[in-house]
Amino acid sequence: MIDEFALQCPIPLTDNPTIQMGHGGGGRMTRDLIEKIFLPVFGNDLLAPLHDGAILPPLAGRLAFTTDSFVVRPMFFRGGDVGSLAVNGTVNDLAMCGARPLYLSAGFVLEEGLPIKDLWRVVRTMGAAAVAAEVRIVTGDTKVVDKGHGDGIFINTAGVGVIETPLTIGPRSVRPGDVILLNGDIGRHGIAVMAEREGLQFESDIVSDCAPLSAPVRALLDGRIEVHCLRDLTRGGLTAALVEIGESAGLPIRVEEESVPVQDEVRGACEILGLEPFSVANEGRFVAFVPGSQAEAAGRLLGPEAAVIGTVGSAGASPPMVEVRTALGTTRLLDLPSGEQLPRIC
Amino acid sequence: MKYLDEYRDAATARKYAEAITRETTRPWTIMEVCGGQTHAIVRFGIDTLLPSRITLLHGPGCPVCVTPLEVLDQAVAIASRPGVIFCSFGDMLRVPGSQSDLFQVKSSGGDVRIVYSPLDALRIARENPDQEVVFLAVGFETTAPANAMAVDRAKADGITNFSVLVSHVLVPPAMEAILGSRTNRVQGFLAAGHVCTVMGYTEYEPLARKYHVPIVVTGFEPLDILQGVYLCVRQLEAGRAEVENQYARSVAREGNRPAQELIRRVFTVVPRKWRGIGEIPESGLGLAPPYAAFDAARRFQVADHHAEENPECISGLVLQGIKKPQECPAFGTKCTPMHPLGATMVSAEGACAAYYKYRRHELAGGSPAGEATGGTTP
Repeated sequence: MIDEFALQCPIPLTDNPTIQMGHGGGGRMTRDLIEKIFLPVFGNDLLAPLHDGAILPPLAGRLAFTTDSFVVRPMFFRGGDVGSLAVNGTVNDLAMCGARPLYLSAGFVLEEGLPIKDLWRVVRTMGAAAVAAEVRIVTGDTKVVDKGHGDGIFINTAGVGVIETPLTIGPRSVRPGDVILLNGDIGRHGIAVMAEREGLQFESDIVSDCAPLSAPVRALLDGRIEVHCLRDLTRGGLTAALVEIGESAGLPIRVEEESVPVQDEVRGACEILGLEPFSVANEGRFVAFVPGSQAEAAGRLLGPEAAVIGTVGSAGASPPMVEVRTALGTTRLLDLPSGEQLPRIC
Repeated sequence: MKYLDEYRDAATARKYAEAITRETTRPWTIMEVCGGQTHAIVRFGIDTLLPSRITLLHGPGCPVCVTPLEVLDQAVAIASRPGVIFCSFGDMLRVPGSQSDLFQVKSSGGDVRIVYSPLDALRIARENPDQEVVFLAVGFETTAPANAMAVDRAKADGITNFSVLVSHVLVPPAMEAILGSRTNRVQGFLAAGHVCTVMGYTEYEPLARKYHVPIVVTGFEPLDILQGVYLCVRQLEAGRAEVENQYARSVAREGNRPAQELIRRVFTVVPRKWRGIGEIPESGLGLAPPYAAFDAARRFQVADHHAEENPECISGLVLQGIKKPQECPAFGTKCTPMHPLGATMVSAEGACAAYYKYRRHELAGGSPAGEATGGTTP
């Protein structure tokens, strides 16, 4: 990778192998960064004018618009880095609105002293992720903060997508009798990141599930599934998604614990760390609420890793809480995690 | 997962629950000592599998919950000082002291770090010779050996910028305090499997005889707990009061001798105040005189700090098995995991937090499962 970097980043930048304050100054050094790092990777006709903003063509349909900031530590982990998160995170938020993601902005806050090869690596992952998700990065910004006032790279991305379905997808569209589908096993992203954290390092082969969700969502919509609600399972994991949707919809949710796929390695790591797989973050997993009659068809469209994990109950029958039926046949409640998940002490 | 899944098997769990129901002819009140067991019971709904005549009371075995307010205030005071790196297990960071907690210290600029082992704190001390590194050494006999090893190694290697704020507690004196209380309701114990892995169970034998109470050393998985209850009920029904070992895959009668030897070398038995309960004689571990130089309370001169508990919090009664969490007027209203009045609402192993997390639906009267929580109110 360093060789490739040297190929595309000639003398001015290799002279300064790290980010300096001047790279955010708006002058020649900023220009160098744009021309030698960002443009070669992100380059497209909308970005090319390097104007103050991108001028987008007219779009047919309602628009979805979202923003997210990415501050993951460490910035590289098994299965991704802050760059792939920055693209997929925003792409997925648009997909969860039922939109086809089209355009992203990328705002970088770089810490003085950041190795340029690290920035290059992140930018290249972003470029690859954008290609995979069929979106274009059309505008951007770079700022540099003093050493010690950032943590390597922070990235903000905003995104625009067009909604081509007449459905209104959101918690308020959830109906009693809806079935909840999950598109794959949960917990890998959170554990993959934790495995790399300082002071925690444990050996694992767990790879982040970071991935764009626009294709599976489009498969559901193109397959004429009457999707009521979509939610990606990022911070707070499956727990937070279900609790929040249940509360917004004012309906109780029932989940079968055994139907939720969790890799053995993830379960093992969670046992050791005292975490609940249900509450661990994912970056390529989502739940879809669909009418019970379409559960099977939706499952087929989502592929063999998808699973039906629960159902929505009727209003008034019980409080709008999320109950889990455990493997033992007992029930317990899912509740929002309080603050950061804390490792257990014994 | 090998060694876990076989202890969570639903069919076997049902069989044990049925066996317990068959054995039970009278109401019995059994206390699980360890917070890890409490957490498993509530998380897996194990008590809802039991006949309603069996009442499980949740014991004082959550180290986070019983660490006294004074020690938390001392921790906050030390962690707030410049030049200090304060290391702790993660659970302790959100436990409220009388004014503040360690998370607040961290957000105000204090260098507070979560570690998974006291040896990590020792490594941080080696790497930062210009700073004082303090480790908050709390817990039962389970965490004592590793903490003892960190101090012993610091002494052997001449690491002088390392110290420990010690608030270790011991299980048998707490059980004796509960059994000796006028308000005691406990008729049988599930003893803490991990504590016994270290200490063995000979020290429970005199307790079983003196108070005529069965004590079953029990593990932490659903089937462990069900089997522990089964063995305990069988003893109660037969009028026996013995120490039995359900957790034989981990516990030997004599325990782990090298670990005990290390504890005895580094620590000495001291009276210890338990949060919400009060002082219990000979119920804690403090640093033995040869290791006194590593005592953070002494080094930072915070030893004579005193603090008062929030009068609304009934965690002491919960920890002694006298009340259940939902009997507290503040439960779920004034006191929640985000704004805990007492430590039992903070720790994952705290009875109040476990009830809040997994049981609010029943408490709100929304589910007919309430009956199955079995005789929660006296």
